[in-house]
Amino acid sequence: MHGSTPTALSSESNEMHPATDALAGVHLHAQAPDATPRLRGDLGVWLVILLELLTFAILFVSFAFARTREVALFNASQATLNLNAGALNTVLLISGSWCVASAVAAVRRNASVVGARWLLAALACGGGFAVVKLGEYAQKLASGVDLSTNTFYMFYILLTGFHFLHVVVGMLAIAYLWVKTRRGRYGSEDCHALETGAAFWHMVDLLWIVLFPLVYVMR
Amino acid sequence: MPAFSRTRVWLILLAITATTYWIGEAGLSGDGSMAPVLALFGLAFAKGLLVCLDFLELRHAPALWRWLVVGWLALVLALIVLAYWISLR
Repeated sequence: MHGSTPTALSSESNEMHPATDALAGVHLHAQAPDATPRLRGDLGVWLVILLELLTFAILFVSFAFARTREVALFNASQATLNLNAGALNTVLLISGSWCVASAVAAVRRNASVVGARWLLAALACGGGFAVVKLGEYAQKLASGVDLSTNTFYMFYILLTGFHFLHVVVGMLAIAYLWVKTRRGRYGSEDCHALETGAAFWHMVDLLWIVLFPLVYVMR
Repeated sequence: MPAFSRTRVWLILLAITATTYWIGEAGLSGDGSMAPVLALFGLAFAKGLLVCLDFLELRHAPALWRWLVVGWLALVLALIVLAYWISLR
């Protein structure tokens, strides 16, 4: 697994630019620990991820088809949402994902201190997301919106609320991994737990990538 | 799809997000045509694909896993676009 030579990796890669890579960060191919196809992270957690994707798929598609019956209501209700907050949260989740991917890459080259810093940055992104989202909920609650207001808001609260729970769970996992990484618990030989937490965190990002245009933008 | 450096992936994701925001802010979606919505979810697919391949590292995973997750993304987005098309009729 760890015996692959850099030559074996670069022969698989279709474009290697060492000079630009040094500027833009380590090349993804170059930092892959092995050339054999392998799922990064725990298989059990990946099965949970598939289950989550399926659950959210049902919610997303239900939203889209429920909308076909009440287009005017959905459009009018969506107009009250804060597009800026939604976009800001997209930026925060994408950046959080980038931080975690960078943390995994750092730990794989045994740079635990750097890895821990990236994880802390990811936590900050997650925290920022939570603050923005709670602000949005407070605004909606103050204007008298709840689950029973109409179909749009029912879906809005259900979808974003369920997603929010996943952000919180992801943050708890990243916080735990941060503590462990700081203590140098993971390295190039063992970053399984870190990869597992990272996979869950990226899933939360992936879900928001569908949720944002669907709930905040499409009309 | 070529492999980009991690930081480049992040910058592309930010650029796509800015475009999505602009589609929403300019109110392009909602003019009664399919084009803006196709663009919106086409961009979401590009974004999701980058997250799947480069952040989730499915690029280096067994093909079955890659297709399961990318297939999920494509199917969900296609069904959303289909629902939108139905709503226009």
